Amino acid sequence: MDAKEIYTRLVSQFGSERILAFRDDAAGDPFVLIRPESVRGVMQFLRSEQSLDFDFLSLITGVDYPDQLTVVYHLFSYSQTHKLVVKVELPRASPRVDTVESIWPTANWQERETFDLLGVEFVGHSNLRRILLPEDWDGHPLRKDYQQPDEYHGVSNW
Amino acid sequence: MQDFLQTEEILVNMGPQHPSTHGVLRLVIRTDGEMVRETYTHIGYLHRCAEKIGENLTYKQFVPYTDRLDYLASINNNLGFCLAVENLAQIEVPERAAYLRVMGAEMNRIASHLVSYGTLGMEAGAFTPFFYGFREREQLVAIIEKMCGARLTYHYARLGGVMRDITPEIARDTREFVRTMEQRWEEYNTLLSFNEIFIKRTANVGIIPRDMAIGYGLTGPCLRGSGVEWDLRKDDPYSLYERFAFTVPYGDGRMGTVGDSWDRYWVRMVEIKESLKIITQVLDGLPEGPIMGKVPRVLKLPVGEAYMRVENPRGELGFYLVSDGGTKPYRLRIRGPSFCNLSIMNALGRECLVADVVMILGSIDVVLGEVDR
Repeated sequence: MDAKEIYTRLVSQFGSERILAFRDDAAGDPFVLIRPESVRGVMQFLRSEQSLDFDFLSLITGVDYPDQLTVVYHLFSYSQTHKLVVKVELPRASPRVDTVESIWPTANWQERETFDLLGVEFVGHSNLRRILLPEDWDGHPLRKDYQQPDEYHGVSNW
Repeated sequence: MQDFLQTEEILVNMGPQHPSTHGVLRLVIRTDGEMVRETYTHIGYLHRCAEKIGENLTYKQFVPYTDRLDYLASINNNLGFCLAVENLAQIEVPERAAYLRVMGAEMNRIASHLVSYGTLGMEAGAFTPFFYGFREREQLVAIIEKMCGARLTYHYARLGGVMRDITPEIARDTREFVRTMEQRWEEYNTLLSFNEIFIKRTANVGIIPRDMAIGYGLTGPCLRGSGVEWDLRKDDPYSLYERFAFTVPYGDGRMGTVGDSWDRYWVRMVEIKESLKIITQVLDGLPEGPIMGKVPRVLKLPVGEAYMRVENPRGELGFYLVSDGGTKPYRLRIRGPSFCNLSIMNALGRECLVADVVMILGSIDVVLGEVDR
């Protein structure tokens, strides 16, 4: 199925108040925008529904936009060989979204990385700790307004 | 016995500086005698925030940084990033350049698998494979050095094409390498692949069932070792890979169970042979023409986003580019296959022997430069 058909399938399952939009106007890949509260239900459906069968979570990304923080999921199905990009938009001040770790174990580390570098809180994650940066690091470097510290434990950064 | 021997569980740090960790990786293992009860993986020692660097550089400037992700597969990394940008910018790559990219990528794949062969042998206690692997790798690196002047960070694939054309001398050397490697491949197997001690150390060790492999996002030889016949070069071809004939090896549990360490090792060995086939086909069918397409001096990408994935020696390397129409990416996300492959380590490193942890880690074959980025 192509992305548009999957979107139609999702809307008929969850309704347009949960599945917010389908965008394919910009260059590159189209994507489906869903409500943050519905992440777990929609993802579970995408994984377990036979005709969709998204068994492979390729990538979780956070993107820091001026007025929201977007979390992007790149999904792929080995059996159906189709792909889908799913996005949720979260408020920059307190980005919170449910974890999908129980659906795809690979999400464990990828969500930790997104938490570490962008500060997205994945609710229900079994071990939401920094993964790449030291545990006492301040801030989230991939935020656009991140200020690079001058020193770390007495070692100058310049 | 408890009067004079300590019998409680102890925590052992393996790494961050340890010969078997393939770089700076720290495993904390809870041991009960020789048994490992639990493994916890600490990463990040090589973190350079490559994604943040990417946001502050133009597309052309970032290409050499990709060399430093998986530094054993620089050309494959260059290729992945260039394709991501070219897809979004609609830059056309001449055929000759695409062929040369394939050749470079396959040479780099062999070089990478030879390191994996040598180090895995060494971890099993066999020192000779390391010298064998590096002897052939040296021959290969000398050829790549003639192609682009570097021995590790090649920066060979550029936006729009490749850096330099090959000379007749390089073509001759490469053909000679293919001949040598085909003969040596048999030697390699006698020495390590079918060595009884090596089989005992790897067969039925670190078994990853098919569903677990897919769930943990494993790709490349780790995924194929678990019996999944999937290779992006075949199933989602890029850079004219559809023109070359090669087979995709996958694990069949020949020495033990499907998805054990030996299967992952064997997939890499067969891939060396398949890559040799591709290199020969490139040399035979190399079309004439330019090696560089038209790339604007100031490259601006249209507003939009794209995810491009290529088959690296270690699995699916993905670049997710978000462009706001400027000369630099708004967001650049790198999916390192080593990062996802390593995430299974905590699940595998339990209820096994300490020596097995080393073999499992070796058979997953990570490069920490890419895990930490």
